[in-house]
Amino acid sequence: MVTGVSREITGELVPEAEADPDLVRAHVAVGAVVDPELPMLTLADLGVLRGVEIEPTGRVVVTLTPTYTGCPALATMRADVRLALAAAGFEEAEVRTALSPAWSTDWISEQGRQALREHGIAPPAHVGSDAHDTSGSTSVDLVLMPRPPAPACPRCGATASREVSRFGASACTSLHVCTVCGEPFDGVKPL
Amino acid sequence: MAPTPPRDEHDEYDAYAGLVEAGEETRWAFGSGFDDPLAGVDVSVPPGADGPALAAYCLMLGDDALVLAQRLAQWCTRAPELEEEVALANIGLDLVGQTRLLYARAAAADPSVVPTLPPGSPAPPEDRLAFFRGPEEYRCVWLVEQPNGDFAATVVRLVVFAAWRLTLLGRLRTSRDPVLAAVSAKGVKEVRYHRDYAARWLLTLAGGTVESRRRTEAALESLWPCVEELGRTDDVSERLVADGVAADPAAAFEDTSAFLHRLLEEGGLRVPTGSPEPAPGTPGGRLGVHSPWLGSLLEEMQGIARAHPAGRW
Ligand SMILES: [Zn+2]
Repeated sequence: MVTGVSREITGELVPEAEADPDLVRAHVAVGAVVDPELPMLTLADLGVLRGVEIEPTGRVVVTLTPTYTGCPALATMRADVRLALAAAGFEEAEVRTALSPAWSTDWISEQGRQALREHGIAPPAHVGSDAHDTSGSTSVDLVLMPRPPAPACPRCGATASREVSRFGASACTSLHVCTVCGEPFDGVKPL
Repeated sequence: MAPTPPRDEHDEYDAYAGLVEAGEETRWAFGSGFDDPLAGVDVSVPPGADGPALAAYCLMLGDDALVLAQRLAQWCTRAPELEEEVALANIGLDLVGQTRLLYARAAAADPSVVPTLPPGSPAPPEDRLAFFRGPEEYRCVWLVEQPNGDFAATVVRLVVFAAWRLTLLGRLRTSRDPVLAAVSAKGVKEVRYHRDYAARWLLTLAGGTVESRRRTEAALESLWPCVEELGRTDDVSERLVADGVAADPAAAFEDTSAFLHRLLEEGGLRVPTGSPEPAPGTPGGRLGVHSPWLGSLLEEMQGIARAHPAGRW
């Protein structure tokens, strides 16, 4: 039998009540791995950790979902997951990819949003239903994207800020400047 | 393999320290032995669909993205402002990511498309497809092959491409191939940002100075001939449309045109009337016939990999 920890798309990653101690340990090890580009976020906070299982042979199977398809951080995340499991005594590990449903910034946990703010990065606005669009509609809207609401300045808290560039230093961030305190800051783009 | 040097406790600012830690096989570069990007994904071809046709279709979509990504990368150190350079590089990175998944999907659907390399080469299938096929084996459209020109030309090309790709990927979200559907669903979110970026710049340049408008109009005149090809169909697409796997090129093109015409109208720009290239009725990129620009682009992109087919980096 495969013992599993799985998560609903919007739920928290919580081991089943009677989960065996090894699984909890594997889960804690993997859950503590951080994103190489946003190291204040664990993979669980970022919402990319989609499952941890232990097979009867003792092999740990971890399922990750990519943020952006070209994000080079995913390679590092996979390697770091293996290293974390090895350090916790799990020699055999496999990291699988889940492409569907596509990752959304709505999956960043509340704790993760707080950590971003504390590190001077504005968390993303909520995307809503579009994040998990499985309606099967075949065409894509012809209008331009609405401007997302200006993110609050993570330094002074002012809600007035200006977008400097929709593309920032990493695939997932944009550049802003606070119009009250004048500080420039990164924001995570809603996706 | 060099032994791992001891790590200094105080070297958190040493950019090289992270590169030589355990797990050095896992860093992402050509020949670095990086994992299969579809590891754990069910890549079986859906019943009734044709594996080789599916592979050929994924190569078309992947080639479009990779060649444009290479063009965008050529802006590095040359863009008008740092923010735009970062934006163009980010867009290119998204397109490389889409390419990787599409190439991996093609290789899984029909392994015979993957070029053979000398035994011992560490290059994964997607690198072989990118670096070891000549121009006649590429299936990209002429639009993405054209030189960058000035910033206005790059913006015009990007908005046309992103608008077109968005209508294709939007339809492909419901492809009967679950892998293509998943890659497209992710791609739609990314390409929306690309189209938005380029469309906003197009309107800014059209409504900017006399010079920015002149350049925008010139860019439209020079690139518009490549638009007609985007609406063409081909044997592979036709067959896969019937199977529910591919997007209907004509319907996607209709949506693309509607968007572009509305955008040009918004910017007070005229729709150019120059004759299409490749000429209608003659074979184009989807049949491996390309503009002269693709050869030199691939030469630059592939040179190092081809010189060291068994290289480890
Ligand atoms: Zn502020």
